[in-house]
Amino acid sequence: MKAIVHIGLKPGVLDPQGRAIARSLSDLGFGEVSAARQGKVIELDLKEKDAGKAEERVKEMCEKLLANTVIESYRIDIEA
Amino acid sequence: MKTAVIVFPASNCDRDAAVALEKITGHKAQMIWHRDTEVPSDVDFVVIPGGFSYGDYRRSGAMAARSPIVKDIVTKAEKGLPVAGFCNGFQILTETGLLPGALMRNKGLKFVCRPEKLKITNGNSRFTSAYGSTANVTFPVAHHDGNYFADDATLNKLEKSGRVLFKYEDNPNGSARDIAGICNEAGNVFGMMPHPERAIDPLHGGTDGINLFKSIIESI
Repeated sequence: MKAIVHIGLKPGVLDPQGRAIARSLSDLGFGEVSAARQGKVIELDLKEKDAGKAEERVKEMCEKLLANTVIESYRIDIEA
Repeated sequence: MKTAVIVFPASNCDRDAAVALEKITGHKAQMIWHRDTEVPSDVDFVVIPGGFSYGDYRRSGAMAARSPIVKDIVTKAEKGLPVAGFCNGFQILTETGLLPGALMRNKGLKFVCRPEKLKITNGNSRFTSAYGSTANVTFPVAHHDGNYFADDATLNKLEKSGRVLFKYEDNPNGSARDIAGICNEAGNVFGMMPHPERAIDPLHGGTDGINLFKSIIESI
């Protein structure tokens, strides 16, 4: 079983890297980009067979290490 | 008086901190490796130094905050052991939760390395008392992730309770309310992005950092 964890800055937290990306894209002619937010993706290979249990454990991992919940939020996708 | 400096893989200000501590206390600081599990019980003051512990993987300070030695520092700091973190040390202290908030990428996206003028916003703390009526100091800054962030309620609480000890005169990184250094509620844990340990020798451009170490050492 695989868990894909998406981590990004919370809405409202200034993301200067995202802003620089949006500006560069606009400079390259992609004027349709009005904003960009940058995050990280972490893929975990898990021994767990139960998707519910896996998600619960990965949530704990996010709270303890993978995300800093002062500034970041996360989303977990479990793939069989 | 016994002091200790924690050494992580890719710490780079550990020896600066050791030199500063020896200069002020007259005794060599003990260097403690990150895989060690305990700070000796006779240590009176711990410095978490600057650098790029664990290569800044995931977030600055995130890995170090979960290392064996830091677990023990958290336990002892909660019981009153004085601890200071400079630069990466500040990032580590926020990651442990001993200090509130987080350090994000600099607003200007660039690594900033320069002498920085700071305002002492609380001269009555255990880390600033020796400054007397001094209003400003200059410490070097050298960081990429020094943009202090906390929600408004936390910032209000910090400011109201005198826990903001230093502010930037010319904010180099976008930190909320120009905050450069804060302490915990009990006043025994302090973190700042600038480097007082690099401001203890006139040959290095100034000695404003000495009184910070004097303050905490005299309070023990």
